[in-house]
Amino acid sequence: MAEAAPPVRRPFALAALVGALLLLALLPVLNGLPEAHALHVSDFIVSIVGKWICYAILALAIDIAWGYAGILSLGHGAFFALGGYAMGMHLMRRIGDRGVYGHPVLPDFMVFLGYPELPWYWLGFDNFGFAMAMALLVPGALGGVVGWLAFRSRITGVYFSIITQAMTYALMLAFFRNDMGFGGNNGFTDFKDLLGVPLNTATARAGLFYAALVSLALCLLICAYVVKSKLGRVLVAVRDAESRVRFLGYNVTSYKLFVFVLSAMISGLAGALYVPLVGIINPGEFSPGNSIEAVIWVAVGGRGTLGGALLGAFSVNGVKTWLTSFAPDIWPFVLGGLFVAVTLFLPKGLVGLLRKRGS
Amino acid sequence: MMRLVFALFLLLAAGLPARAQDAFTAALPGIGTSFNATAAAVDALGVAGDPRALPLLQALSENRLLRRADGTLLVQTPDGARDIPGGAAADPAGAETVRLNNRVRVALRVALGRLQIIADDPEVRLAAVQGVLRSRSAADLPILETALARESVPRIRAQIELALAASRLAADNADVKRAAIAALAANGSDTARSILLESRGANPALSDEITAAVAAIDRLLALRRAGETLFQGLSLGSVLLLAALGLAVTFGVMGVINMAHGEFVMLGAYTTFLVQQACRDIPWLLPWSLPLSVPAAFLVAAAVGAIMERGLIRHLYGRPLETLLMTFGVGMMIQQAVRIVFGAQNREVLSPPWMQGTLELPLGIMVTQNRLWIIVFGIAVLLLVMAAIRYTRFGLEMRAVVQNRRIAATMGIRTGRVDALTFAFGSGIAGMAGVALSQIDNVSPNLGTGYIVDSFMVVVFGGVGSLAGTLVGAFSLGIVNKVLEPYAGAVLAKVAVLVGIMLFIQRRPKGLFALKGRAADQ
Repeated sequence: MAEAAPPVRRPFALAALVGALLLLALLPVLNGLPEAHALHVSDFIVSIVGKWICYAILALAIDIAWGYAGILSLGHGAFFALGGYAMGMHLMRRIGDRGVYGHPVLPDFMVFLGYPELPWYWLGFDNFGFAMAMALLVPGALGGVVGWLAFRSRITGVYFSIITQAMTYALMLAFFRNDMGFGGNNGFTDFKDLLGVPLNTATARAGLFYAALVSLALCLLICAYVVKSKLGRVLVAVRDAESRVRFLGYNVTSYKLFVFVLSAMISGLAGALYVPLVGIINPGEFSPGNSIEAVIWVAVGGRGTLGGALLGAFSVNGVKTWLTSFAPDIWPFVLGGLFVAVTLFLPKGLVGLLRKRGS
Repeated sequence: MMRLVFALFLLLAAGLPARAQDAFTAALPGIGTSFNATAAAVDALGVAGDPRALPLLQALSENRLLRRADGTLLVQTPDGARDIPGGAAADPAGAETVRLNNRVRVALRVALGRLQIIADDPEVRLAAVQGVLRSRSAADLPILETALARESVPRIRAQIELALAASRLAADNADVKRAAIAALAANGSDTARSILLESRGANPALSDEITAAVAAIDRLLALRRAGETLFQGLSLGSVLLLAALGLAVTFGVMGVINMAHGEFVMLGAYTTFLVQQACRDIPWLLPWSLPLSVPAAFLVAAAVGAIMERGLIRHLYGRPLETLLMTFGVGMMIQQAVRIVFGAQNREVLSPPWMQGTLELPLGIMVTQNRLWIIVFGIAVLLLVMAAIRYTRFGLEMRAVVQNRRIAATMGIRTGRVDALTFAFGSGIAGMAGVALSQIDNVSPNLGTGYIVDSFMVVVFGGVGSLAGTLVGAFSLGIVNKVLEPYAGAVLAKVAVLVGIMLFIQRRPKGLFALKGRAADQ
């Protein structure tokens, strides 16, 4: 299906990619310019592009599982949200006694709900390193368990999609409960600072923006390394003819499990970067609609190409931000139309379209 | 005081109703002379059981009863004063309001209770019985016995019997008490249980009997709870069945993942709303708008389904993942279109009169009528679908195309047409599910989203391509959900069921009723 690009065009695509990342890196610098300056970029643009970068990381994660290994997960929003919750828990602990109730240890919602002490699963989250590790490990572990259960009993294709959708749906219901100890309906918000930097400042915005951008570049390198390796080729083979690969003696389950866990961890990272940027995390992030929307970014950009995932995430979210600002009622039609148009007319996405033009 | 009433009652009970007339007129002059005389007259009126006494006593309790100097009475009504007992219009000038004190008020409460227990309005009688039940004493026995003798409504009879047993338990005679304990045990309600527990302290000699009776009630209550849980499970199961049946056809038979399925259900619910609006001006048709909605919803959803299959899905056969994404997009657009046309707020769909109210099954299990109808409807739709697939020409062609598309085509079956009809059929069933859901859920644009994950779970659990599996899957998921709910809460029960299904699929990846043979390989 999505075979590798013709070798001649590679340098151009790579140059475009690096150029785009460098251009993005300029944004916080332009934000620092005086407001009257012609090239000044508003705070809003910086934080919204930062958000898109996190979405692009999520899109990368979906792409290596779906585009390369044929595993269509409709539950990646759950990994994203779990990473976000891990970061949110750290930010809540960082508030300390600056909350409304001024309790030195317990976050506001726990005081409100009458928790006598911090639940055991909150221990350690005051440490940044621990929280970051959890943002990767918890989604990874969940992906590992679900993937292992599914792949070993050879649940593939749409069945796997439905199972993962049920997973994120179940997590959403669970996180909506107040007595889960994750803030229930309202989730976490009112964060104060991260690593000693107050969140609502230009420094924090720029720092988070660069953290997201560097993470994106790193994830891109890791994914590129994985898909170019021998392992990546086996994954493509699994996607195109799973039974044949199995009969050739490969342990298909381990290959799929590896890529799925990697993908879950990258999603967790994206969520952890996303939460301080937007300043809130709530159970709505688990909603099945979010996961499926992320899948369509990849489909629009072109699955099976890493650049396509990035292109899709940026273009769809760009259109969404632009359109919802003046005609929010139309957006669902456009998004729904994208689902239809991409599946019917553009199976290789925008990247496929560009390639056709190019050749 | 009570003994006097008792004696009076025994005297009068023999000669009802002829003597009652006399008692009514005989008691009137006493009212308003002194507090004691008023109270005695009120007692006498209560015991007499004359229906004319009820408005009189009510007027007295509301300070609307006046007395002239000559001893005749009149009552203030919204349209002027009336003579008692004649009822002719009267001039209230010079008449004084009959005054009350606490003793009279107590007498009034008792007398009103007694009169209301034999009132014409069953609701008044029921309320009166419940009042007597709350203030149970041995003195109420004769009243309750008379009331029981003339009561014909079973619901009120049961309450009177309960009150009777409770009053007998307060009597002096040990044998009467034993009989009362047995009656309470047989009644088996929560109220009977608490009456028994309360009386335990006062009756140390009978404590063994009481304990045994309470244990018997507990067994009955446990049974009743189990029965109610079962009913709720069946009810949820029938909702799941309705929502999943359409999927069982489109997903199970055709292999098409239709993520817009929930939106077809929603369209069915809105069709119900529209049919109801259309029937609004025709009074004789209004109670039948719901049955009319069933074919209407089927047709609307089937038409949209047919258009969707011919226009879009047909181009994606053999690419299930793309079908999934595409149908999700279509669902999103349908939902938004409905939101724009009808607004985001809930639309009200009324239940016809014959679906309202509750029904009491044996063991005292209470079931709501509309839930019961939905169970019946769900099973009827299932049978209809099975019959359609098994006995109609369309069903035959559908099975032929599923088994072997090419050979079916060579036999002259127009496979494209069969595909469109099958998809329309499945969508139409979803529309009919919407009619049922409009009765128990909010009719809003995102009605369908809440059911889509559950319906897929039912189909996967029951086994793709098997209607029997869908039936068993829907009812077992519904019942398991409701059994878990008291222990884990609604949300965790749902989560537990989802996790359970994921584990279940480990052992039986093809579901409960796996297809065997050639069809399973596809």
